[in-house]
Amino acid sequence: MSSPDDVVITGIGLLTSLGEGADANWEALCAFDAPTIDSERFAPYTVHPVPEVDWSQQIAKRGDQRQMEAWQRIGTYTAGLALEDAGIKGNEALCATMDLVVAAGGGERDVDVDTIILGRIAAGETDTGTIINEVLTSELRPTLFLAQLSNLLAGNISIVHKVTGSSRTFMGEEGSGISAIQSAAARIRSGQSTHLLVGGAYNTEHPDMLLSYELGHYLMRDPWRPVWQRARSEGGGVVTGSGGAFLTLESRAHAQARGARIYAAIGDVAADLGPTDSAETRKRLDRLAGETAIADADMIVSAASGSHARTADEKAFLSESLPDTPVRGVSTATGHLCEAQFPLAVALAALSLSKGEAIPVLDDSFEAKTSDAPKSIGVVTVGFDAAEGMAIVTKADGAGA
Amino acid sequence: MTRTLDHAGRPIVAITGAGVVSSLGAGKDENWSKLTDGQSGIHAISRFPTEHLRTKIAGTVDFMTPPEAGSTALTYALAEAAVLEAIGESGLSADDFGGPLFLAAPPVELEWRQRLALDSEGAKAGGGEAGYDRMLLAARTGVHEEFFRSGQFGTVAGRLQRRIGSRGLPITLSTACASGATAIQLGAEAIRRGEAERVVSVGTDGSVTAEALIRFSLLSALSTQNDVPEKASKPFSKDRDGFVMAEGAGAFVMESLESAKARGATILGILEGCGEWADDFHRTRSKPDGSPAIAAVRAALDDAGVATDDIDYINAHGTSTPENDKMESLSLSTVFGDAMASIPISSNKSMIGHTLTAAGAIEAVFSLMTIRTGTLPPTINHLNPDPAIELDVVPNAKREAKVGRVLSNSFGFGGQNTCLVIAAEPA
Repeated sequence: MSSPDDVVITGIGLLTSLGEGADANWEALCAFDAPTIDSERFAPYTVHPVPEVDWSQQIAKRGDQRQMEAWQRIGTYTAGLALEDAGIKGNEALCATMDLVVAAGGGERDVDVDTIILGRIAAGETDTGTIINEVLTSELRPTLFLAQLSNLLAGNISIVHKVTGSSRTFMGEEGSGISAIQSAAARIRSGQSTHLLVGGAYNTEHPDMLLSYELGHYLMRDPWRPVWQRARSEGGGVVTGSGGAFLTLESRAHAQARGARIYAAIGDVAADLGPTDSAETRKRLDRLAGETAIADADMIVSAASGSHARTADEKAFLSESLPDTPVRGVSTATGHLCEAQFPLAVALAALSLSKGEAIPVLDDSFEAKTSDAPKSIGVVTVGFDAAEGMAIVTKADGAGA
Repeated sequence: MTRTLDHAGRPIVAITGAGVVSSLGAGKDENWSKLTDGQSGIHAISRFPTEHLRTKIAGTVDFMTPPEAGSTALTYALAEAAVLEAIGESGLSADDFGGPLFLAAPPVELEWRQRLALDSEGAKAGGGEAGYDRMLLAARTGVHEEFFRSGQFGTVAGRLQRRIGSRGLPITLSTACASGATAIQLGAEAIRRGEAERVVSVGTDGSVTAEALIRFSLLSALSTQNDVPEKASKPFSKDRDGFVMAEGAGAFVMESLESAKARGATILGILEGCGEWADDFHRTRSKPDGSPAIAAVRAALDDAGVATDDIDYINAHGTSTPENDKMESLSLSTVFGDAMASIPISSNKSMIGHTLTAAGAIEAVFSLMTIRTGTLPPTINHLNPDPAIELDVVPNAKREAKVGRVLSNSFGFGGQNTCLVIAAEPA
């Protein structure tokens, strides 16, 4: 039964290695055969790069583009796509009262400046602290700090798209994307917000971003293979991807009043964090499954990262607790987008429901065929290192669907 | 029968515990006695060399962790101390807290000592030239659990969750200089929505490093008045020239008034209202007309269900930058009108510096203490008032006053503005 307080998805912005825009991503996913990857640039690591983008399509001023590092540009661009898709872009009244929640990490460092410092110290200069001060003071681009700063993705979205109702940035890998949607949906459901922009972005095409995973031995070094088949791969099992995923969420009443198209409705998000041994992880996953009634879903969209232990635990949960529900591991096609993983999975679930088509099998080693159009999809994110989240996305019914 | 719902029919949010650490010391007692005495925690930096730096002063916290432990370790230690003090005061369990955690924490990065260690290991492992390829080689061939953890944004919250037994997925957030206030706002909202009966909200920042200082210097945000460190932070003065970076943490335990009463807790105060508004003007400058700050103040008053004449004292954002103090004064004059001349407002940052991510939470704790003690902490270093700012800034010496309700302001880089209204427990 639909209610005016339902939280509905009315706009989707996606930029991934599959393409730009919700429809292009959907079509590429449906036709998925092999991933778009680059195994040369950061060898021995493989990444899913974003396609060439005409940034000025969503970030009109070149001056604004220059103020952002890649991650902020991807996010600001993708946020613009979501606003445009929702028919909100450029609507001053709606943007000025729109709330914003962003899941963000940090931006990219200046590799050349870091290399100068490392080189001088490796060459035998011993006054480490003084060298760092000297080089950073003289070589850093003054505005680079802002282009790196976590909350400035939200800041740029406010500046470029004039979304100014409120602005909150959550941090903490996949967990931040889970919390962002959890908090966003709760605010709408309680009447605290009527319309809200939420999502995240990640740029993996930078050695410092890869370094932060590799310090924990999480990156896969073998030739690419699907996310469910990495248990015995060399290194970790994560293949990262650049990209962004933003959604506009509204109360059903707000969406209907402005005649918006409704992709799908999203239920409460259940999330947790705790010890990552298999037994404790399984207890939490089963509890979250109960809280969201995810067993009732016709399909699962999983944001599994391929991280060895965590994805093994997720596979065990899916095959033992939800044995009859077909699963799609979408990171096979997009790579792992860190903070944006959960928003991405929710977006793809909403697209599937709206198109009335199941996401096709991306890897038949673990994913069962189905020809039925899903009416509800469970979204599961098990963080590569920590944090878990689940939600149910259901087919929109009534006006706007 | 005590009223347990507010003017909008939501559960009233009671503050039942508070904790604080700043460069003045650890704990509310030490901080409050020094703060009201007008002592400054700003000093010459000894943690790292300051050659080549334009700013050589800060309000670092040097008594918690050894300098080589790094930012993530200090950021955690500060948060833990403030949270344990707050939970201790609330009388709730400090290892099985049982409610959610909202943490405002600075963004993390690998630190220079870690980069240098990796590069050197990479060289030994046969890597080529100094740089990222060699660091990546070291990363994949060696074991660096501590380095990995210190570079993950969820680390501090995860560790704090394990320490205190908070529940659910903790939220780590950043709204720049408004972060601490946002953490409190998120906690209050969870109680109002009925998602939790108790929450802990904390803002923490232990991120004064050479690189952080250089970054803010390059934006011309910092005071360069290095000669007499304790006099550099001078909010609302004519010769103010920037903020002074500082460290610390502030925490609140909040509960629904109903559940706090039911367990017989002491009610320290009420978190009555939160308001926020984002600025779309510029990455580091606020809109010249102050409209986003004005909207944030008005939103907080509306959320609290109070009028301007219900506010007895304002805890200023008051960073000591030329721009903030002017904009804050303009915004408040717009909202409060002529009455602003008679509402005292002071800046804790004149003594503890700008604790960045922690500031909103620390200043909320001091706002609560202002209500509970009836003492207004001063704005020190106010010897040369800015004639364009006509505010009663409680100059240089504390003042006794009856305070029933405080407005606490936090305005951030990146345009995030958050204001809190904190009140005494209704009689």
